[in-house]
Amino acid sequence: MNSNRILNIVLAAYVGVIFTFIFAPILFSVIFSFNSQRFPTIPLGNFSTEWYVKILNDPDIWQAALNSLIVSSSTAVIATILGFCTAYSDFRYNFRFKGPYLALILLPPTIPLIIMALAMLAWLSKLGMSGQLWSIVFAHSVLTAPFAMAIIRLRLNQMDPDLESASWNLGGSEWATMRYVIIPFCKPAIISGLCLAAAVSFDEFAISWFVSGLNKTLPVVILEIVQGNIDPQVNAIGTFVFLISMSLVILAQIFFVYRQMKSTNT
Amino acid sequence: MTKPLVVFKNVQKLFGDFVAVKAINLEIHEGEFLAIMGPSGCGKTTTLRMLAGLEEPSTGKIYMNDQVMNKVKPHERDTPLVWQSLALFPFLTVIENVEFGLKMRGIDKSERKRRALEWLEKLDIIDFSERDISTLSGGQKQRVALARSLVLEPKILLLDEPLSALDAHLVIRMQAVLVQLQRELGITFVYVTHSQSEAFAMADRVVIMGNGEISQVGTPKDIYRSPQNKFVAEFVGRNNILSGTVFSLTNLGAHIETASGTFSVNLKTNKLVKGQKASFVISADLVHLSHSNPEVQNSVHCKLISEEFVGSMVTLFLEDNSNQEFKVQMQERELSKFDLKPDSDIWLSWSAQSAHLLDVS
Repeated sequence: MNSNRILNIVLAAYVGVIFTFIFAPILFSVIFSFNSQRFPTIPLGNFSTEWYVKILNDPDIWQAALNSLIVSSSTAVIATILGFCTAYSDFRYNFRFKGPYLALILLPPTIPLIIMALAMLAWLSKLGMSGQLWSIVFAHSVLTAPFAMAIIRLRLNQMDPDLESASWNLGGSEWATMRYVIIPFCKPAIISGLCLAAAVSFDEFAISWFVSGLNKTLPVVILEIVQGNIDPQVNAIGTFVFLISMSLVILAQIFFVYRQMKSTNT
Repeated sequence: MTKPLVVFKNVQKLFGDFVAVKAINLEIHEGEFLAIMGPSGCGKTTTLRMLAGLEEPSTGKIYMNDQVMNKVKPHERDTPLVWQSLALFPFLTVIENVEFGLKMRGIDKSERKRRALEWLEKLDIIDFSERDISTLSGGQKQRVALARSLVLEPKILLLDEPLSALDAHLVIRMQAVLVQLQRELGITFVYVTHSQSEAFAMADRVVIMGNGEISQVGTPKDIYRSPQNKFVAEFVGRNNILSGTVFSLTNLGAHIETASGTFSVNLKTNKLVKGQKASFVISADLVHLSHSNPEVQNSVHCKLISEEFVGSMVTLFLEDNSNQEFKVQMQERELSKFDLKPDSDIWLSWSAQSAHLLDVS
């Protein structure tokens, strides 16, 4: 009884420490983004939206935000299509070398980003495809497709295998079945996949920095500002990026978990 | 009956080395209620899936209206199936589920709706038409599944153990619904089940399958009273099966010598020879009970092992001194008149007409 209580306290403290380490820097970054002082020191200066005004008036940052938006949304679409096709091929078919096929598809997130970034740069420049906005899209799609694949594959696991046959049985061709049964069934997972791929791509720095050339995304711009001097603008941009990524991840969670709860009720 | 609607000709189905269905021949007539019954793994569901085009026969041919169906894709057939899992589309409402098949056939929206509503009405689930599938009870889902198939107005409806997930009292009600629908629509029902009570209660003809083969085809009464072989006799249950050799033949029947004694059996055909091995069955409800030796031809002295009550029916399990098991089925009120004690002497007897000879297998 007593030792149980001690254990509970220790575990609670442990969880608390982890959350502090993860969220404190972000929290401080948000706080300092509203601080009038140039250097992040305590005590704080006055409340100020000066840094936000500054970034909103900076055309470079607007361009970077637009680039990030284009890259992450295109990546999300491409990665989710790839992920869906892979997940479905795994669900539906048995073929030789299926094991290696799946392993290869799920591999990219396990490769250190910096190595992947270098490899992508070398490969894309050999093909004369580096330095473009869509070079980032290309590389990010490789990176994020496995996330979309994993989510959609999980969803397909929940599907009654008779559902597909039932559609054929009622006169649906294979394509009609895909359109009216498989895709609607996977819709929550497809939306989660889109959000998650967009979030990963929006945040990603290493690959973007290597292959983007002059087309900078937000994370790349942040690094460039920090490299030059200490500027609280970074905190303001960081707050935006954090909000967008978090919203995407939370949306992904909501779509996936909510649907799952609903389908366990059936 | 006219020309058969469906013909299975030497249809065999292999899964790798495993023979799921062994060269079966079967005719299904227009407008009949056919039940395919057998223990799990006997090939009954595979047979049904071949009819729906979900499996292709390994050898042999399936004809429908004289056309070979082997290569016809499932979606090009008109053989809707009611699934054991129901396989309703969880992301669609009740009415959208019912409209699905019509939509796949390219029927326009207002016509789809009209026909779907008509069937929801007929199956008494019109109040739920806009509901989510997940909010329905088992019996209601069952009706949606039926409506979804019947709205296509097929010539043949396939049903794969559709009632297995329902409570006992709902099963009886759905049986009545199914029988009434089948009579009303006059279409062919092919109903796969492992449940004797379902098959016997509804079907015009029953096909008994075992180990991928058809063991017997006949009316429920044929199968119950005159099982052709040991497999059917055992599967139908409540049968006393005795085996022995033919001792003598008379113009009325045969005497068969078994470990429990020599019994006379009436014969319909004359294919037995003296000394041949033979088995015969006596339905458990055709065996009489008495306290003293009845001094008749077919009687056995037994002791009681156990009894089993199902509603008002009692089944007694008995054994004679050669350890042959006997079953006797009777009304509970009849049994109470009999004054049965655990150690009392019991004699079983039956008439030669009640004994039914099995095919040698």
